[in-house]
Amino acid sequence: MRIALFITCVNDIAYPATGIAVTRILRRLGHTVDFPTGQTCCGQMHANTGYRAEAMPMVRNYVDVFDRYDAIVAPSGSCTAMIRDQYPRLHPPATSVAARTFELSELLVDVLGVTDVGAEFPETVTYHPTCHGLRMLRLGDRPLKLLRQVRGIRLVELGDAEECCGFGGTFALKNPAVSGAMLTDKCARVRETGARVLAAADNSCLAHIGGGLDRHRSGVRAMHYAEILAATGATS
Amino acid sequence: MNRPGVDRSGTGGAAAPATGSGRIRTPLPFPTAAKPAVADAQLRANLHRATRTIRAKRARVVDEVPDWEALRDAGSAIKADVQRRLPELLEQFEASATAAGATVHWARDAAEACRIVVALTRAAGADEVVKVKSMATQEIELNEALEAAGIAAYETDLAELIVQLGEDTPSHILVPAIHYNRAQIREIFQRRMPDAPPDLSDEPAALAEVARAHLRRRFLSARVAVSGANFAIADTGTLVVVESEGNGRMCLTLPETLISVVGVEKLLPTFTDLEVFLQLLPRSSTGERMNPYTSMWTGVTPNDGPQAVHVVLVDNGRSAVLADPVGRPALSCIRCSACLNVCPVYERAGGHAYGSVYPGPIGAILSPQLTGVADNASLPYASTLCGACYDVCPVKINIPEILVHLRQQAPHPVAEKATMRVLAWVMRSPRRWATALRLARVGAGPLGAYRERRSGARTLRRLPWPASAWTRSRDLPLPAPQTFREWWEKQ
Repeated sequence: MRIALFITCVNDIAYPATGIAVTRILRRLGHTVDFPTGQTCCGQMHANTGYRAEAMPMVRNYVDVFDRYDAIVAPSGSCTAMIRDQYPRLHPPATSVAARTFELSELLVDVLGVTDVGAEFPETVTYHPTCHGLRMLRLGDRPLKLLRQVRGIRLVELGDAEECCGFGGTFALKNPAVSGAMLTDKCARVRETGARVLAAADNSCLAHIGGGLDRHRSGVRAMHYAEILAATGATS
Repeated sequence: MNRPGVDRSGTGGAAAPATGSGRIRTPLPFPTAAKPAVADAQLRANLHRATRTIRAKRARVVDEVPDWEALRDAGSAIKADVQRRLPELLEQFEASATAAGATVHWARDAAEACRIVVALTRAAGADEVVKVKSMATQEIELNEALEAAGIAAYETDLAELIVQLGEDTPSHILVPAIHYNRAQIREIFQRRMPDAPPDLSDEPAALAEVARAHLRRRFLSARVAVSGANFAIADTGTLVVVESEGNGRMCLTLPETLISVVGVEKLLPTFTDLEVFLQLLPRSSTGERMNPYTSMWTGVTPNDGPQAVHVVLVDNGRSAVLADPVGRPALSCIRCSACLNVCPVYERAGGHAYGSVYPGPIGAILSPQLTGVADNASLPYASTLCGACYDVCPVKINIPEILVHLRQQAPHPVAEKATMRVLAWVMRSPRRWATALRLARVGAGPLGAYRERRSGARTLRRLPWPASAWTRSRDLPLPAPQTFREWWEKQ
């Protein structure tokens, strides 16, 4: 299967390890992975902040770049939700490519039919299901199904897991007080688990929660779950 | 009289429907108004405890209904039908209610609605009214208008009474005094209720008993009552009030004159439609299988209950909401408050931060639509778009979608607009985007190396304004030493 990678803007610049991890997982499973370099950004930040007209060229660019692939995978719940949920309304020709765009756990579990990706990660991990993955994509326990098969992992439950961390794209900048209060509560729940790693499906939420955990010197590492799935023990 | 929502001429279409006024505007932008609430530990604790309790109760009683999703679909479909046929249904309601002996009045905006109620109260020769909890009268600021006309208005819903005595405004649709704990309530009663005993305890039963005695005297003396309505049935002309305490029923049955102030969106086509909503509403709002009191009245019943019955149908911006096909579903709201109770933003900011009688997620889409988005521009941004509100809405209002829709109409700050445009210009070209990524990585290089020497983390602790909004609460990740596309090209 020819799978195209959509590496979101946040991943590309600040979290390249996530994209590298997705590439490794898919190759390990015997798939050909392509990264069309004409890709830019899904336009979510613009569309959700009220700049739909400015987002439209990005929407059209996505269709131009990805329409020729069987499946497109993005290691981000919110960017995938933007493409799958909003694109068809914003730009009807995007409907078909939107339906072929998957978040990593959807691709692995639903399309490729895999839950054991041959990973080893001997750490205590707690998982935060980010809002768009949870409520727009309805990822359900797909990421956890994958994580449960990882050798050596110890998964611990996160309290109030389904509550938003307070990132919300530009919300964090426009409403710093409320966002900060939500972050404080989320970080407290993470620390209560005793986990050494916080995993999630969105590097933007992880940048926010991880930034909060670093600020409080909690010693908890925020990590995209793709990096856990790519780990083979020796190189984690 | 001009009939809201029923302009069928098709010729006067040049003028846009009027916007609403009253307590639906934010006096302060949401982020500013939320700041003191976020800093108030007592308030945060009160809100946390109350919303957590009620949302757990809601989840329990909703889970036990096997056809809940079908009920939501039915509720949503009935409301959509009402919005499609509103002018026709309003006329049908007027005809049915009038035939049953009620008098129907039409109010274009808050001021007109208040004038009608004041005139009716004066005509009844009364200088005081008792009130059953009504969002619509708060929206139009009726109590203030009555006071200005020399008429005292007494709230009879227990929580409304607490808020009124505390000279405060409600901060929740269903639990207006949610921001107080019982010690604070006891203090308000002792200070403002002359008949409260000096040794009043803060036991809920004791507080309720004092309020009960206080209210009983009001009910027995009042000749005019003002109510809202949860539903107005077009085919029978019936009004419905759903409540928990029975104080509402006292208002609806004891006085000689009953004036009901009803938003035009409250219509339901037929009496049988109630079947759906009387299942959806109590479970979504109080987390009960059924509410204790459901009162229905149809015009005047000779020698029983109020003998003069008036219905004031209020537009106050609703026609403008109706005119927008994307935003329109906000009018489906049955004021259950389920969205407030699951909203993490409401839980931290409290209801007052929204500046409107409609707080929380529903307020963030309803208030700006009623007033015009430009007048309430911070409210569509008072959400992280987490979607929890959409999941619990009994009539399936897609609140996140409407929030994003309203953000397109909001006036944007100049600096933000410039930044967004530059970013969009860069991001729409793969070549420019690749260059920008490389430049950011190179630019951050020395910073990253510096940070790593100091603390081992590739993050920034302090940034100047406006990025300080980020670094006040959390570190900022720096661009990585190698972008993904650089890695891809090298491998």
